[in-house]
Amino acid sequence: MSPGRALGLALAALLAAGPFLPLGGMQEYVIHVMVQIFIWSFIGGAWSLMGRFGLVSLGHGAFLGLGAYATTLLWNFWGLTPWLGGVLAVLLTAVVAVIVAYPCSRFRVIGHYFALVTLAVGEVVRLLIIAERNWTGGSLGVSLRPAGRDSLVAMQFADKRVFYYAAFVLWLLGLWVWARVDRSMARSAMEAIGEDETAAASVGIHITRFKIGITVLSASLTAVGGVAYAQYISYVNPDTLAGIGVSLRIVFAVVLGGMYSLLGATVGTALTIALGEYLRIVFGLKFIGMAETIYGLLLIVFIIFLPSGIYGSLRGLVARVGRAPARAGV
Amino acid sequence: MIEPIFLAEAAINGIMLGGILALLALGLNLIFGVIDIVWIAYVDLVMVCMYVLYFVVQVYGWPFWLGALAAMAFGAALGVGVHLLIITPILGSAPVNQLLATGGLLFFLQSFATFLWTTDHKSVRLALPSWEIGGIFLPATRLIPFAISILALVGLYVFLTRTYVGTAIRAVSQDREAMALMGASPQRIYIVTSAVGGLMAGLAGALLLFQYSVHPFFGGQFGPLTFMICVLGGLGNMVGAFVASFVMSEIISIAGVVWSTEMGYVIAFVVFIVMIFARPGGILARRQ
Repeated sequence: MSPGRALGLALAALLAAGPFLPLGGMQEYVIHVMVQIFIWSFIGGAWSLMGRFGLVSLGHGAFLGLGAYATTLLWNFWGLTPWLGGVLAVLLTAVVAVIVAYPCSRFRVIGHYFALVTLAVGEVVRLLIIAERNWTGGSLGVSLRPAGRDSLVAMQFADKRVFYYAAFVLWLLGLWVWARVDRSMARSAMEAIGEDETAAASVGIHITRFKIGITVLSASLTAVGGVAYAQYISYVNPDTLAGIGVSLRIVFAVVLGGMYSLLGATVGTALTIALGEYLRIVFGLKFIGMAETIYGLLLIVFIIFLPSGIYGSLRGLVARVGRAPARAGV
Repeated sequence: MIEPIFLAEAAINGIMLGGILALLALGLNLIFGVIDIVWIAYVDLVMVCMYVLYFVVQVYGWPFWLGALAAMAFGAALGVGVHLLIITPILGSAPVNQLLATGGLLFFLQSFATFLWTTDHKSVRLALPSWEIGGIFLPATRLIPFAISILALVGLYVFLTRTYVGTAIRAVSQDREAMALMGASPQRIYIVTSAVGGLMAGLAGALLLFQYSVHPFFGGQFGPLTFMICVLGGLGNMVGAFVASFVMSEIISIAGVVWSTEMGYVIAFVVFIVMIFARPGGILARRQ
């Protein structure tokens, strides 16, 4: 067993035992932060499935919002269990993803243009949610109708540990999908497309099929993340789950961690959430906006000085240090 | 059914709004065309300039026109500052990093404004007349900004075509490498461009304060719309951006009267998405 794999297993075991560690009064809070880290890492990982191939989407808030709102509204109005509602929400998101991805690849909308088209899609979803305020609650958001007691059917539990394990499994699932894509033939094809579409097409790569495939996969997983987040927080709001703000936050976390590595999204998300929580606690209600100000400032500094992300830069450093003695020996 | 008079009024309001949108879009488009980086936080710079104007007028009692000049000077300084501190280090980075650096600036400006000035809406009350022509109201708070923005756009056109610096700016936007090969320093042109872009942000802010109140999240109202106008007109294409501003403002204004404000934006964004597929080079580009 390689040291990396052993370390990974040890970390997974620690995380699995997490809720039973004696943390005293901090326990509830730590679990809450960890659940958020798991869910947002999963969403970040879903984004990086596209981002790493040059499909920089600034509209993942659209998919997140569709997933969260579809499940919540189906449950609130018709009492449809989120298990079924979630499946419908993911299907709906996949359809929307195809509607966006097909013309984008057909008409070769790439680079800045792709980013701005997806940004427009994100805003359209946010504004539609606000415009249909009669049944979506508009910009005030809407709360999940409480089931009254712990219920597997309603996916509602009073004990946060249930959500902890659910989010943990979801996160592992996200890592597994990411690793599968990373090792597949599709990865080579997508990398070729990301570098030069004409060259890729000339060696027989079906560009439209691959692009739609990866977009649908990424969008569907993002919708799953939206469902999970809505069930956990039991409140949905167009500004926190759709539109440009949340889309930028997802991208930030992933780029900060490094989008070309398995744990990049997780490292970036954990850092941004930890940083946000730390600043929130330090400044509290005394200086409203100060925490976010420092957060924004640090993001600019990180982007300027660590262009390949924290995890990416660290790994590059470790690789260089590890290789140096071997070379000296030759 | 909506009375035709309301539609006519909406159409006229659309034209008025289009003038200011054109100013915003051309400021952003100038920077994009020359430096090849989209300033996601452009309208948030406008927001900061609006606050400057609000404070010098309401708190320090300056006349509005003097305050507007101060806001423009502040905007120009801000533009140069953003270029030197944030854009210069990332000129060679990956496009996603460039987008995110200015996105970080967006978070920074929004939250710093919240911290300094809270989320209260602040507006400057101006006692200006309003005229009625054939049942349509034409308030001076819309007419004056429209007239000034058209004058400013003419000024920008003259600056870009008739002056030495303006010609240099157009040269860089046509071919960045050729300019460097000729022995000229692109950095100086970048700084001038950022200053002009910032100046336009300041002016747009002053004109927006005629009709809108300012708050830290003001950028979200016009920001995405401004990028879309730039893309719709063709990134770097000034005439295209000008036409696109009026197309978008008419859609928003008329659909806003027929349905609702949000639906106006939704339709404008959908039109944008469809237009990107139909004419990727912008509305004035020739079909390939």
